[in-house]
Amino acid sequence: MKTTPESSPANTGWCGPRQVAWHLVIELQHVTKLYPASGRPALDDVSTEIDKGEFVFLIGSSGSGKSTFLRLLLKEDSPTSGTVSVNGKTLNTMSKWQVPKLRRTMGCVFQDFRLLRDRTVAQNVAFALEVINKPQRTIKRVVPEVLEMVGLEGKAARLPSELSGGEQQRVAIARAFVNRPLVLLADEPTGNLDPETSEGIMLLLERINRTGTTVIMATHDYHIVDSMRRRVIELNGGQITRDQSRGVYGVGR
Amino acid sequence: MRVNFVLSEVATGLRRNLTMTVAMILTTAISLGLLGTGLLIAGMISDMKAIYYDKVQVSIFLSDTVTDQQRSAIETQLKNSPEVKHFIYESKTEAYARFKQQFSQQPELVQNTPADALPESFRVELVNPERYSVIAATFPNGKNGVDQVRDEGDFLNRLFSLLNGARNATIAVAVVQALAALLLISNTIQLAAFNRRNETNIMRLVGASRWYTQLPFILEAAVAGLIGAMLAIVGLVLTKVLFVDRTLAGPIKAGIIPPVDWSAIAFISPIIAAAGVGLAGIAAYVTLRLYVRL
Repeated sequence: MKTTPESSPANTGWCGPRQVAWHLVIELQHVTKLYPASGRPALDDVSTEIDKGEFVFLIGSSGSGKSTFLRLLLKEDSPTSGTVSVNGKTLNTMSKWQVPKLRRTMGCVFQDFRLLRDRTVAQNVAFALEVINKPQRTIKRVVPEVLEMVGLEGKAARLPSELSGGEQQRVAIARAFVNRPLVLLADEPTGNLDPETSEGIMLLLERINRTGTTVIMATHDYHIVDSMRRRVIELNGGQITRDQSRGVYGVGR
Repeated sequence: MRVNFVLSEVATGLRRNLTMTVAMILTTAISLGLLGTGLLIAGMISDMKAIYYDKVQVSIFLSDTVTDQQRSAIETQLKNSPEVKHFIYESKTEAYARFKQQFSQQPELVQNTPADALPESFRVELVNPERYSVIAATFPNGKNGVDQVRDEGDFLNRLFSLLNGARNATIAVAVVQALAALLLISNTIQLAAFNRRNETNIMRLVGASRWYTQLPFILEAAVAGLIGAMLAIVGLVLTKVLFVDRTLAGPIKAGIIPPVDWSAIAFISPIIAAAGVGLAGIAAYVTLRLYVRL
């Protein structure tokens, strides 16, 4: 059962192709990715489009190609064939030196938080701005704002080791969001968290999504997928076997 | 570029791998010190060449039984020879005076040498120093009041080939040490990159430019190279003050060995510093490109 997402701009007749491309934040055309070590492609002729402001769950068993999907969007890897575009720019032809610029438009959150243990909460968030050369003035203003948004006001001076898992993930989300990215990629962000904490994280991601940021979240957590009723892209053996708006995790679970 | 940020990263990096950093600095210092020594010897050789080659190339020693007539005949021959650029006559008294000055540090030797023991001679500078054999043929040994014709250039050539050998050996050891230093730098940088992989991974993810990610590592190596170079320069200064100026004071005063001037060290120091910083920085950059995915 394949359905196109309701908000697909492809049929809105009043705008020309350029505007269509502008609306699309992410576009994959016949993308295949082969890793030399493995005979089976990690992604096999995958085509999909994701609009600005969408919330997309990427589901599928381990090895189904979810991580490869995310890696290609970050240009950590290049596809063997096919084209990947982010924000209207084709990544295939992008030079190495332009990759940092691409990544400044994307935020990343991981299952294992990836915080710097010797830096405080505020320093962890500020780090993401410091290394892309944001002025100190901006950092001083923006970091408390984003910490408040993720619900960590008053914990700016803590070290990650002094925080709970959920709080650490909030720091990671704050770091990913502090530069107001176009896209937030979340790779199993609730994988290490208990259900209640996960719920809080999902509320936060929804809130970020409401600011206009596209959220793509790879997950195994069917409770979350079922309760959110957002677009679901299911990968199986490197192919998209389902692309459904307002989807559920799947039958037979 | 935030200077403070980069500098604190550099300081942290150097501190974290203290033992490797020390090893890296010491090998760099030894290598650069040897390089500096080689350069100093090279400078000394050219100074010595200036001292000796310009003066005398062929000495014609006269026998004790030489007559005034024979002496003036030789002088006329030298004057008329197209091979001779310039010559001077040195009497027994002059030879003895020069001998006394040259060996003033060894008074026993001077005391045991009678004033007339040294032969009178013509000191000849040739138009072309290679044409020694022509002079030797014109003045056969043991005839016409000539005792012996000696090619001083030959002796000097042997002396200089010895010095050149010393210079080459020093520089060869310096190169081997430099290789060890480069490998150590490469290792240290790999270790540093591994230690800071969390930071650099995040930097890559949030879109820090390649320079931002790599510069701290390159600067880390460059700083170690600079410290190594400074140690090497200190080593050269100590060598001059404690060894050259003391042990070789006699021959230097006698004009046999040219002194090691401060100006020579001042001239070599920036070369050593540039070599240390440059090589370390390049080694770090190449390491990052080849072995570390940043």
